[in-house]
Amino acid sequence: MKLSEEQIQRYSRQLILPGVGGKGQRKLAEAKVFIMGAGGLGSPAAIYLAAAGVGTIGLADSDHVEIHNLQRQILHRTCDIGLPKVESGRKTLESLNPEVEVQIYCERINSTNIQRIIGDYDLVLDGSDNFPTRFLVNDACYFGRKTLISGAILRYDGQLSTFKPHAGGPCYRCLFPEPPPPGVVPSCQEAGVLGAVAGIIGLFQTNEALKEILGLGQSMVGRFLQFNALDLSFFEIKIQKNPKCPLCGENPTIKELIDYTQPCSSRELVPLQTSTRTLD
Amino acid sequence: MLEGEVNVAHRCENQDGFQEVGPGITGGKTLRPPIDRELNLKGKVCPYTFVESMLALEEMKIGEVLRVIVDHPPAVCDVPKSLRNEGYEILDVSPMNGTDWAIVVRNTEFKEG
Repeated sequence: MKLSEEQIQRYSRQLILPGVGGKGQRKLAEAKVFIMGAGGLGSPAAIYLAAAGVGTIGLADSDHVEIHNLQRQILHRTCDIGLPKVESGRKTLESLNPEVEVQIYCERINSTNIQRIIGDYDLVLDGSDNFPTRFLVNDACYFGRKTLISGAILRYDGQLSTFKPHAGGPCYRCLFPEPPPPGVVPSCQEAGVLGAVAGIIGLFQTNEALKEILGLGQSMVGRFLQFNALDLSFFEIKIQKNPKCPLCGENPTIKELIDYTQPCSSRELVPLQTSTRTLD
Repeated sequence: MLEGEVNVAHRCENQDGFQEVGPGITGGKTLRPPIDRELNLKGKVCPYTFVESMLALEEMKIGEVLRVIVDHPPAVCDVPKSLRNEGYEILDVSPMNGTDWAIVVRNTEFKEG
């Protein structure tokens, strides 16, 4: 692929970066990144991936835009209220960079469709807002050997890591073997979140995605970053593969995808059903 | 004067102030490396002069020589400087006539700055 005059102009500030150049730009154009959630994390992540020229972006979210989303979910505008978030997101991304192919998935992601969906992508960014999805995405990435760039936010705090168990690193369940008991961890709806924190962590996810695609810098594999906006502090711990991990450990007990459910009323977190398909 | 040389000095800013780069950084000595590719960037401005030079070098083999023609005055200084920062070897920077300059650069192994 030869870069067009317009592409040279559009990407000139990153083309001149050491380690990017025309070859790197072509890697970005050929890359396919799936983003789980077109919300607080997925919005900045998707916008900067599109701006950088990532060729294919998949956006999955079954929600519609509501006014309380707009404080942080910058893919959407006031005039988008009522639209499916993925439709609104696609409109924003395509208007920013028409070269990017945006695939949208408006359906609820579950154990029966996730592998088919993420199978087409090289990288997965998790910007989900609930534990059932977070564990489902982790498990599907493990079974599908996909690199997972995980971000999480609440109040003034954020977390970031990259999971690549197929390349020897830990998975999300190595840190958190099971979803937390009901009610232990509040949601953003209950506890609030600063929009800027969503922007910071979402862009860290994009930063890591671009590094993975370009093969640059130090990966976040085996590292877990904790960020606090009030102190403007970063705390990093080294994490290792857990031999007792129920998913990727030596004697795994999880051999198929699990649909947990988290009803809003009781906040019970129980397995909804197990997929009948066996994964290896 | 040698053929092809024009007695025009061009001043480039560097960390120490100004540095003479004309007529040719070779100090007027004849340097005629075989040119493997020529890139005409007349009419192009910075940073596209550098970007397009770098993109051309990326497609060339190690050791091959590119001649870039520019007529944007800042590019005469900035393109060689930026290419050198990337690890490319600048062989010559010479005026061709009253407006155009030739930058001769050898493709080298990528060296991250």
